Amino acid sequence: MDAALTAEEATAARHPCARRPDRQRFVSCHGLRLAVCEWGDPGAPAILLAHGGFDFAGTFDVFAPLLASAGYRVVSWDQRGHGDSDHAELYSWEADVRDMLAVVDSIGPEPVVLVGHSKGGAISTHLIQAAPHRVRAFVNLDGIPSHKPPPDVADHERTRLLARELSGWLDHRQAAATKVRKPDTLDGLARRRQRMNPRLPLEWLRYLASIGARKDPDGWRWKIDPALRPGGFGPWRAVWSMSRFASLPVPLLGILATESEPMGWDTRADDVRPYLPPRARVMELPGVGHFVHIERPKEVAELTQGFLAELR
Amino acid sequence: MSAVRLRHSRTLLTLHRLRDGSGRPLLLLHGLGERTPEAAPSELLSWSGPIFGLDFTGHGASSVPRGGGYTAEGLMGDADTALRQIGRATVVGRGLGAYVALLLAGARPADVRGAILRDGLGLAGGGPSPGTPQIPFPNPAASGPPDPFALAELSNDVRPPDYATAFLRQAIELSGLERPLSVCCAERPEWLAAVAGEPGALETHVDEALRHYAAVS
Repeated sequence: MDAALTAEEATAARHPCARRPDRQRFVSCHGLRLAVCEWGDPGAPAILLAHGGFDFAGTFDVFAPLLASAGYRVVSWDQRGHGDSDHAELYSWEADVRDMLAVVDSIGPEPVVLVGHSKGGAISTHLIQAAPHRVRAFVNLDGIPSHKPPPDVADHERTRLLARELSGWLDHRQAAATKVRKPDTLDGLARRRQRMNPRLPLEWLRYLASIGARKDPDGWRWKIDPALRPGGFGPWRAVWSMSRFASLPVPLLGILATESEPMGWDTRADDVRPYLPPRARVMELPGVGHFVHIERPKEVAELTQGFLAELR
Repeated sequence: MSAVRLRHSRTLLTLHRLRDGSGRPLLLLHGLGERTPEAAPSELLSWSGPIFGLDFTGHGASSVPRGGGYTAEGLMGDADTALRQIGRATVVGRGLGAYVALLLAGARPADVRGAILRDGLGLAGGGPSPGTPQIPFPNPAASGPPDPFALAELSNDVRPPDYATAFLRQAIELSGLERPLSVCCAERPEWLAAVAGEPGALETHVDEALRHYAAVS
């Protein structure tokens, strides 16, 4: 924290189920500093958690400790521009995957288990295809793109070519150098975030703000790079990712949300089944939204443990 | 020849003034791994307006980012930054710069008064659909510019034909030009073959294209 907390802020920063990482360190990827955090026994088999777009590693503060107490070394990192990692000059899908591989390399020579949520699931898919020998198993948390363009994937990831979208994006690029986020109270940040995360309780969002924002003299600001902008356009299409799922050479568990919401990808098990490799499993969680590991941390941790136990 | 530094997000771009003149400026976009030439190419000297050349991010005298992250769309932002400095212009792009010129013509249809596409490095990009997934790790000891990340990433960016034609259609619809694009290339990657087959793109010689755009308002 950068400044003293008021009593109210201190309350927000204490969530009954959340536990901050046991260890924090940095990995340098070609001059860019990435914030890496870990929970659990450093000698245990490693699970790497990949967060979604506009999130950060702290969004695993409830889910990760559950896996750690089941006997894993749980590692996560803030993607470039997110959380405590450096704000980058450029952002791209490929750069995120390369940064991720640098984090995998920093864990050790053994293959790791990947758990990726949303965009984190999609970049994990790419990493496995490019470096299959680095990965032992894969749990994808509502991060399989199907028909609907994913809303939390930035810049070059869409095919919509509305003139307004293009000029809006270019105008944003021109302003990005000097852009600063609007300051607010912790509660204000939490309430604004709830518009994009309508299913998540305010108590959780206030906690997220207390670790994902910094306290400046004039108020709290999210640490995320203001140059990042949700939405966008580009040549990428979902069918490319989807059809390549069939090639994944590692054991795969897909856990899908069923409740539609603004950040969700709306992919259903029936959309995915034709593209699954042999022995892969995909399941839906009834009544659960996009942030499956935040809405149902215990259930998703148990499913993950059960899946990994079968591999032993 | 003089140069100005322009800020695009966190990159400092260098825009070279290659030649003075009166009338609408011509903006030159170089190919992959290249930089703005020392002097205006002789094939462009019939243009009466000033001639500018932009060094893309990670190229020539522009700044080099940490850890890559290049996209053709990002370079379109570079070119847009140059356009804001010099105003409405006719754009000539070589190779990668030709693809960026097409994107810019679609994104800023009021400001691009004709895009001329020339052969050059990086014209094909990574093809019409993604190849085998890879994670390029350029040699960190390689000296640039050009930034080795730019070479690795921009030789691999996917250019679906229907994505390219969507930019041309938008240029046709919103520029008021009947023929916003002139294709003066021998190489025909799939995106360019698709674009060249559309109404609004004319296959021609660079002299003819320059004459044509000099005459449009």
